[in-house]
Amino acid sequence: MEPTTKTETLDIEGMTCASCASFVEKSLTRTPGVQRAVVNFATEKATIDYLPTQASPATLKEAVVKAGYGVTERDPDTSAADRQAEIDQQKAVAYGKLKRRFWVAAGLAVLIMPLSMLMLWPALMQQMNMQVLNYGLLLLTLPVLLYSGREFYVSAWNGFRHRAANMDTLIAVGTGAAFLYSLAATVVPGWFTRQGIMPEVYYDTTATIIALILLGKLLELRAKTQTSAAIKALMGLQAKTARVVRPGGQEVDVPIEQVQLNDIILVRPGEKVATDGLIEEGHSAVDEAMLTGESLPVEKRGGDLVFGATLNKTGSFRFRVTKVGADTLLSQIVKLVEDAQGSRAPIQRLADKVSAVFVPTVVVIAILTFVLWFDLAPVESRLPLALVNFVAVLIIACPCALGLATPTAIMVSTGKGAEHGVLIRNAEALEKAHQVDTVLLDKTGTITRGEPAVTDFVPAPGQDAGALLQVVAAVERQSEHPLAAAVVRYAEAQEASVIAAAGFQAIEGKGAQAVVNSQPVLIGNFRLLEEAGISLPPAVRQAADALLAQAKTVLYVAVAGQAAGVIGVADTVRETSATAIKRLQAMGLEVVMMTGDTPQTAAQVAQQVGIARYFAEVLPADKAGKVKELQAEGRTVAMVGDGINDAPALAQADIGLAMGGGTDVAMEAAGITLMRSDLQGVVTAIDLSRQTIRTIKQNLFFAFIYNTLGIPIAAGLLYPFFGILLSPMLAAGAMALSSVSVLTNSLRLRGFSPLPS
Amino acid sequence: MDTTEIIVTLVGLALAAFVVWYFFLSARPTTSAVSSSGGVQQVDITVKGGYSPDVIEVERGKPVQLSFYRDEENSCSEELLLPDFSIRRDLPAFKTTLVELLPQQAGTFAFTCGMGMLRGRLVVK
Ligand SMILES: [Cu+2]
Repeated sequence: MEPTTKTETLDIEGMTCASCASFVEKSLTRTPGVQRAVVNFATEKATIDYLPTQASPATLKEAVVKAGYGVTERDPDTSAADRQAEIDQQKAVAYGKLKRRFWVAAGLAVLIMPLSMLMLWPALMQQMNMQVLNYGLLLLTLPVLLYSGREFYVSAWNGFRHRAANMDTLIAVGTGAAFLYSLAATVVPGWFTRQGIMPEVYYDTTATIIALILLGKLLELRAKTQTSAAIKALMGLQAKTARVVRPGGQEVDVPIEQVQLNDIILVRPGEKVATDGLIEEGHSAVDEAMLTGESLPVEKRGGDLVFGATLNKTGSFRFRVTKVGADTLLSQIVKLVEDAQGSRAPIQRLADKVSAVFVPTVVVIAILTFVLWFDLAPVESRLPLALVNFVAVLIIACPCALGLATPTAIMVSTGKGAEHGVLIRNAEALEKAHQVDTVLLDKTGTITRGEPAVTDFVPAPGQDAGALLQVVAAVERQSEHPLAAAVVRYAEAQEASVIAAAGFQAIEGKGAQAVVNSQPVLIGNFRLLEEAGISLPPAVRQAADALLAQAKTVLYVAVAGQAAGVIGVADTVRETSATAIKRLQAMGLEVVMMTGDTPQTAAQVAQQVGIARYFAEVLPADKAGKVKELQAEGRTVAMVGDGINDAPALAQADIGLAMGGGTDVAMEAAGITLMRSDLQGVVTAIDLSRQTIRTIKQNLFFAFIYNTLGIPIAAGLLYPFFGILLSPMLAAGAMALSSVSVLTNSLRLRGFSPLPS
Repeated sequence: MDTTEIIVTLVGLALAAFVVWYFFLSARPTTSAVSSSGGVQQVDITVKGGYSPDVIEVERGKPVQLSFYRDEENSCSEELLLPDFSIRRDLPAFKTTLVELLPQQAGTFAFTCGMGMLRGRLVVK
């Protein structure tokens, strides 16, 4: 850092999402004198490098305020964790309040109910003064109305003023009507008797409805917090501090928001990796399950990428920071899941349309119900009957079940997907994935590993395999060729001991030579040996031909002027591919492969994994065309790919699945990103999507059937035929249950677990 | 039909007509966003039983910042949804929550509460 730059950390207030963070970041970066600004959404901190000659903490603050956010005066006691705790506490207080309101309502309703029943026993009634009893009930009901149910009336009134109607409107109008009628019957019973109507009161109805609806809300609130549990857990994974190694070699623990690009960070066994970076020194096994869903730790060495929030298991290593704040993989996953949870599934459209007009329509139905009952019922009972049915219609018509049906299922399943390394871009992608009938796999990198690996190591007769491998690895360690890297990986996996090679020389287009154990060694293609005048013994030639027949690349080895063996190298099929493909086929999907390889190689791989149909020799530019070809056959195609050249095909497919974390371009084009390089993720994604859509359909069916049957029954449609009327109290119970059961159904998705591989 | 029935019927029908007119048919005022010096279109929205203003006009291609002040505790309005922009946000009571978006296409986009009952419209021109 140049001596002229100063660093300032600000606590930002009011950020609610990752895009807020980038808003603040942009505003700060545009401020004159600012060289670098990083805003971390999770910790709500901005770290700014600026030139004190051009900017000051005051101008920085101004920039934040201009972006619409606040700067908290630095108070060392309020950390991000404390603030989160404060928000959680606020929620707990609200929950507690609701609980108190419920218990007051429930307690009073339990008193009011039996007192109202007294009317059923004429003998008892004669000893009681009806007037006194009614006033008593009124006194007991008032707290239920004014304390427990107050929010309904306030909210209904606020909504009315905004020409908006919500479920509170229905409850407020319903219970309000029952109460006002009872109030009139209590205060001026004479008026009712003069009209030939018994001055009946409905205090029990009012109190019970409020108690039941509060119970429903209570259960709903509890279930709702569970739907977003997965994303909260993800956000909580971020490391709080990092051990930065200063250029002098001094190690300092610094808060994560002060970590800068190109810092060197030391990670010890058992520690969390603080942010994303590239290993410079050391090696270890890192548990990346939280990001990729891969349960086995991943081996990491110099040059490998490590990611923030993953857990270092065995060794220590140092890495150079390549990403901080909102750019890290964890932040991107969080953002992706958040976005998906905010998106709308096409399946929801009908429910949306219904919700929009629901409440006013129900009010109109309730009014017409009242009018019809009043006009058609016998004169002496027309007012109470009209009233009871009016209230029942209002209370049973709860649109919340409808509103909750889709989003809750989407929230649970996108969170669940992230847990298993399946990132769903939006609800539409989730919905599309369940309609798929054909899965098109791009061979390289999906079915296969996408990098060459040694498949056969065949020493010539009389050669010791272990010793030869050591010699070969000694030469290949010096080479930069990808095939050489495959040989080195193979030797390391076989734990061949490391020996030295001298005089290494790469021979362009043919191979390499070096001296090992004071013997000249040649490794390369057939021409290399041919030109050196080395002939192949029959056994070696046979082995080479067999490998070539399997469409493998063959490396020839000669030691001290004698052919010493051949090595077969090929892009290998992942162990999990065949099982995953079988699973997909068992799910009723046709699996099709496409590759740029020759028909022989393609046939070989297809046969190995059990694929019947494949396209060979497909040029990268034609991949999207193959997708179109399948779509022209009337298929709904899921395309699975991993490279940049797959992006057009991923976008063309009905649903694109980008694999292996994917390149950013592939991720952009894909509806679903699989964090793990494993076809098992495709199975998980499609399975999850199918289960989610099933859940949503159940929810919607339940919500619609409930309203389409509930409203006419409440209106008294069954009365002329069966004499059945729905009591408003039963309506309230059913309504409380409806949204809770939809939520419970959605939460069942939390039990989703991918089929074991 | 006696007089009472006629009165009840007429009053009921009038009420029903009023509900339909009041919630569906009456014209709503439109509020246009104010552009700040930084080129961000800003709108303040109060959430209290509904969104006011609830029809907001913005220009296409310029960042929009909506600040929602939730002036109530009622649970209906605790969530804000802008599905066309993939936004789902908790609105804490008696606090201002900022929502940013970049409208790239003209059209009308709904914003609603978590259950889709409180509704507003973002009109992008
Ligand atoms: Cu409800």
